[in-house]
Amino acid sequence: MRLEPRASASPAATLLWPAGAIVATLLISSLLVMLAGASPLTVFWLVFKGAAGSQFALLETLTRATPLIFTGLAVAVAFRARLWNIGAEAQLYLGAVMTVVLGTGAVAMPSAGLIPLIMIAAMLTGALALLGPAVLKTRFGVDEVVTTLLLNFIVLLFVSMLLEGPLKDPMGLGWPQSQRVIADAQLPRLIKGKRLHFGFVLALASAIVVWVIMKKTVLGYEMRAVGHNAEAARFAGIPVNRVIVKTALLSGGLAALAGFSEVAGLKGNLTLDLSPGYGYTGIVVAMLAMLNPLGVVAAAIFVAGIFVGADAMSRSANVPSYIAQVMVATSLLTMVAAIMLMRYRVRWR
Amino acid sequence: MDTSQSPEAETVLRLSGITKRFGALVANDAISLTLRRGEVVALLGENGAGKTTLMNILFGHYTADEGEIEAFGKPLPPGDPHAALGAGIGMVHQHFTLADQMTVLENIVLGTRPIWSLSLGKAQARAKIRKLAADYGLEVEPDRMITDLSVGERQRVEILKALYREARILILDEPTAVLTPMETDALFATLKKLVAAGLSVIFISHKLGEVQAVSDRVVVLRGGRLAGERKTSEATRRELAELMVGGQLPVNEIGPPHPGAVLFELKGVSTPALGGAALKQVSLSLRGGEITGLAGISGNGQAALAALISGTLDAREGEIVVHGTHVGEWSPRAALDNGLGRIPEDRHATGMIGDMSVAENVISEAYRSPRFSRFGFLNWKAASGFADEIIRAYDVKCPSADARVRLLSGGNMQKLILGRAFDGNPDIILASQPTRGLDVGAVAYVHARLIEARDRGAAVLVISEDLDEIQTLSDRIVVMHRGQLSKPSARGELSVMELGELMAGHGPDEGAPHAA
Repeated sequence: MRLEPRASASPAATLLWPAGAIVATLLISSLLVMLAGASPLTVFWLVFKGAAGSQFALLETLTRATPLIFTGLAVAVAFRARLWNIGAEAQLYLGAVMTVVLGTGAVAMPSAGLIPLIMIAAMLTGALALLGPAVLKTRFGVDEVVTTLLLNFIVLLFVSMLLEGPLKDPMGLGWPQSQRVIADAQLPRLIKGKRLHFGFVLALASAIVVWVIMKKTVLGYEMRAVGHNAEAARFAGIPVNRVIVKTALLSGGLAALAGFSEVAGLKGNLTLDLSPGYGYTGIVVAMLAMLNPLGVVAAAIFVAGIFVGADAMSRSANVPSYIAQVMVATSLLTMVAAIMLMRYRVRWR
Repeated sequence: MDTSQSPEAETVLRLSGITKRFGALVANDAISLTLRRGEVVALLGENGAGKTTLMNILFGHYTADEGEIEAFGKPLPPGDPHAALGAGIGMVHQHFTLADQMTVLENIVLGTRPIWSLSLGKAQARAKIRKLAADYGLEVEPDRMITDLSVGERQRVEILKALYREARILILDEPTAVLTPMETDALFATLKKLVAAGLSVIFISHKLGEVQAVSDRVVVLRGGRLAGERKTSEATRRELAELMVGGQLPVNEIGPPHPGAVLFELKGVSTPALGGAALKQVSLSLRGGEITGLAGISGNGQAALAALISGTLDAREGEIVVHGTHVGEWSPRAALDNGLGRIPEDRHATGMIGDMSVAENVISEAYRSPRFSRFGFLNWKAASGFADEIIRAYDVKCPSADARVRLLSGGNMQKLILGRAFDGNPDIILASQPTRGLDVGAVAYVHARLIEARDRGAAVLVISEDLDEIQTLSDRIVVMHRGQLSKPSARGELSVMELGELMAGHGPDEGAPHAA
């Protein structure tokens, strides 16, 4: 078997292969559903209903998609420049920490000033968190996969320490949780009485901004050039190391916004279960989106929908909600295969 | 048995009607070829003419869509890499396939003995290798490590490897590309001895001089088809060239140079090693209106010199002087700002970004100028306009400015690089292996542009492993050996053999062993 590159993917192929990937995902997942003793069609229908079958379901899916858009963008930006940021989880938590530090009463000002201030501070915190690995990479050639991945654990333990110590809520009955952010620091809800909050709007706006950066600006051009061929970029006079550092700052900042938006928009305080792995799922989201910033929005909603839908389904169909993780993981694999088939033609000898 | 030229000699290899398609591309179109006992057949053709595909089919790496192969009267099963070896066909690739950390003997014996045999049978093997080496002029000490051998010696090991396995047909793919002129002569002598002993040789090349020197028959491929077949003794060089190119050969007129002021100077520069030797105390000055050619065998420091001038390798000591002023910090950016136009050795790895568009690639050296960007935003209209300009001016064959560069041929890619490097008429030009892998038409085009740059007063440095190219283009020649430069010589001052001696490190001062 050999792969031959295609000159260009036909429009039909760009639609058909991803569609085929979804069908393959459903087929593979249905095997597991059947193993669990349920009917695949019923289960998939329940997942769909749970994700998008009602206003409540839909809003829940979008709420869940919000942090994934941020972490997905963070990963997409970094991966585009071949900076393998596996540490979105850590940057998310550090953004959340900064939100709690500034948002629980330490700074008093009207929300029109306070919210942007916290947002920027959170972004800076996340950016600084990735600055270290970026500098180690550019200066000493230290592999950023290792440093960013390990930083996740360090940061999580650091947050745990904070929640047992300086940030611990004195009224929290001993639970490791922070105080709640004050009203002026809270993001407004988009619909009264529902959970969807202004963070979703920020996420959409971020996706558009990132898209503009990648497509229209000098920085985006440099990032793509460095990602596609760093040696050629260097030869052409593009400051490769500086571009990697800038990419790191942008990526870390975006991931930190996920933490900010979860605390200020949804949860209200910081706990150790703020993120069920949004930083890691961001990698899946970015890959599904083929690193396209606008695609990240669609991919995040898709992944969030499967998780939310599977939760609802497991309550009524007696199939464990773990099926959601299998579906997301399978969809990533089939999508990677579909992308490859879009670019290459398979030849059997 | 030296009736090598006689048409009655037995046919040892017959390829009939070989056709191979890759999608819409027909790489081999009904090619037939016969090889007789005791003859050298040259397979002549430009890059992309289908030579390599044909040999890959012979060796079972590809399966032909149509046609069959017969070796020594028996059909060769398609798609089986072992079949050709078993039938007594040996191949010497352009890129050697030797294990560096093993001895010559071990490399040759490797794979010839069953894995459960307890000994390598070294003594026996050593004797056999010695005898083969003596018979065919392939002197190489069996117990030396491959790392310690020169390129020419490694090639001899490859040939010995094939002979050790009782090959009766030897295929050599561009064997002289890595050799000095003396080593080339030695190789030709070996080939003569081999055919005299009844072996048959297919010699793949795109160099006419060599083909004429070594072959009995020439088979010319062009665009995947058999363009013609001639007896070497009856064909003129011009005829072969025209068969190969399919028309008139473009010829560049090069007038006398008008040397001007020194525009670029290296003074006692040393660098770390890069892709071969490091530079040791290299001094070089380039004058405006003059092409300086730098010859040398691959890996003698050319890569380091090119990287140094391009700005991607830092000097350990020494000075760079541009337009009479000493430059401090040197980098790709500084090189560009100082008016250098640079053509890198490797188009794919260094020259272009394959997955980006033509427009994105041509602005990569100038995207920060107000012409292409403002307030951090790129002006894509200006970029496409510039790309279209280059496409027109340099006759680049590509669908549009939005096409991905990966899809372009080597020649067209090189034209884009020229267009980018020559934008703004740089007065110092570094062209590193500027025509490697290009077809004759593209070579002539690149040469014409370099001569044009010289004639408008630019100082041009051409680094090439192709001595013909150096001799065609250069007003002045320097030779690099183990990171050091020879004294410059004027055009025509030294013969090919004398240049070859310099390339091999036998300077006139050191008393060359072959000096007359």
